[in-house]
Amino acid sequence: MDFFLNRFRNLTALLAAILAQLALLAYQIKSGQDVRLIRVWAVTAVTPLARFIEGGRGGLAHFLKNYVLLLNVREENQRLKADLDRTEMENQYLRAQLSTADRAVALAIFQKTSQSKTLAARVIGNTTDPNGKAVIVDRGAADGIQKGMAVIKPEGIVGKIIGVFPHASDVLLVTDPSFAAGVVSQKNRVHGTLKGQGQSTVIVDYIQNEEAVQPGEWFLTSGDDLIFPRGILVGQATVVRNGKSRKEVYLAPSGMQSGLEDVLIVLDGVHGTITETPLPNQPMHLLAPPDSDAGERFSPAAESGSAAASTVVTDLDRSVEHYRAIGAAQNHRYGDKNSPAPDYNVTPENPARPVPPPPVPRP
Amino acid sequence: MSAPRGKFRDSVGSAGSSKYHWSVVVGIPLAAILFQVYVPRFVTDVAYLELPLLATVYFALTFRSPVAGLLYGASVGLAQDSLARPQHPLGMYGIVKTLVGYFTAFVSQRFDVRNSSIRAILAFFFYFFHDFFYWVLSRALLGEAVDFDPIRTLVRAMLNGAVSAPLFLLLDKLKTTE
Repeated sequence: MDFFLNRFRNLTALLAAILAQLALLAYQIKSGQDVRLIRVWAVTAVTPLARFIEGGRGGLAHFLKNYVLLLNVREENQRLKADLDRTEMENQYLRAQLSTADRAVALAIFQKTSQSKTLAARVIGNTTDPNGKAVIVDRGAADGIQKGMAVIKPEGIVGKIIGVFPHASDVLLVTDPSFAAGVVSQKNRVHGTLKGQGQSTVIVDYIQNEEAVQPGEWFLTSGDDLIFPRGILVGQATVVRNGKSRKEVYLAPSGMQSGLEDVLIVLDGVHGTITETPLPNQPMHLLAPPDSDAGERFSPAAESGSAAASTVVTDLDRSVEHYRAIGAAQNHRYGDKNSPAPDYNVTPENPARPVPPPPVPRP
Repeated sequence: MSAPRGKFRDSVGSAGSSKYHWSVVVGIPLAAILFQVYVPRFVTDVAYLELPLLATVYFALTFRSPVAGLLYGASVGLAQDSLARPQHPLGMYGIVKTLVGYFTAFVSQRFDVRNSSIRAILAFFFYFFHDFFYWVLSRALLGEAVDFDPIRTLVRAMLNGAVSAPLFLLLDKLKTTE
């Protein structure tokens, strides 16, 4: 044994290192748990340095921007003095103010106008994963951040929190292939599931070919995913075409268009004007389900004026109701072997049996 | 001849002639990982640079000891793993960089790797190996349906090889001569 270890010392060390890491991988995959301690150490070690670098970069950018701005103001003042036009001077001043408006100010305005309770955060780094699209922000568990919280910008959704550390968090971006969120089109209220593709565009899946979506149409969050409050901008449809089984709708995510520096983390999301508290005892931060829109979804209870009009129904419920109505119209009793099978081509809305097209003669 | 405390011997040059301070050996890969985390946010074109890999190749070449190379590669890889997104399990980069560290040191024992062009070729080769093996592991161990584009990987390998030549010369300057 000693001879073997001495003779193949390098190879033995290599095998030991590989096996140890394979065991680590197997533990994570089998248990579905992360080795959180190592990640916490690594992120905690990197966060202060990244924060320091980002602070330095931000300060330098701020200084340069202000310096350039002062030069502009001086030039403008000279021109305005020459023109002696007070109105134009006011306009120039306002334009200068607008051009120097900080993103933080825009975020603050959005924060004030938004009904959801949000927390501003700064992106301090990317993750090292080549296949994933995720960033690190400078807010963590100490700031009340929880896994599953939505991350947005005034322009649209950005992603969701997937990892929380003491003073930093990982944000999975909408462009990541594993990202998904419920969306609805603004004009025709077509529901779908937003999915990242690892590219700059995202796709809206599960839209039937028969449903109407036009290029240029805006999509908003539907709130169905219990992560994003309903009504936040998602993006504009750039490509809409019929696929084999479902419509292919590509969006340009509006939250990713102007770069990622400052974002808002939704601490307490509000669907529209209704304030709901998060569900208790959830390991993931989940919003309360949104109220159903009148006329947006089919609901038999709503049609009958029942008090349970707000019950959420699925496509399966809709199909069951449809076939139950056909059976009832033809006095069919489901589960009764003696009851003849109903004619599913005859519906209560269309009692006449549709005439099939004449057969095409074979050549 | 043993290196004094806090010094790592460079075995490429004449034995024991120059060494690295421990802060260089630890700080360079950390700076490389930080670069990978931070800089592509602002300069997306540099995302192709795999500086932690280049640091692993450089130090494995200079150590010329497969055991030291694999341990160094494993450490850098695990550090890189721990800063990836949470769905990315620890050990993926660790295994790949362990192999890179081992084979780089193995090659350095058999060839004269002081020449810049040879080191650049090795960086090119090991970048391709690194990406290919990472792809194999992703499919085999994690079952991820990730694509492998050989042309794109070759181009990136060439770019990393090109960057490695001046980078390695710069790192040579950090040697402390006795």
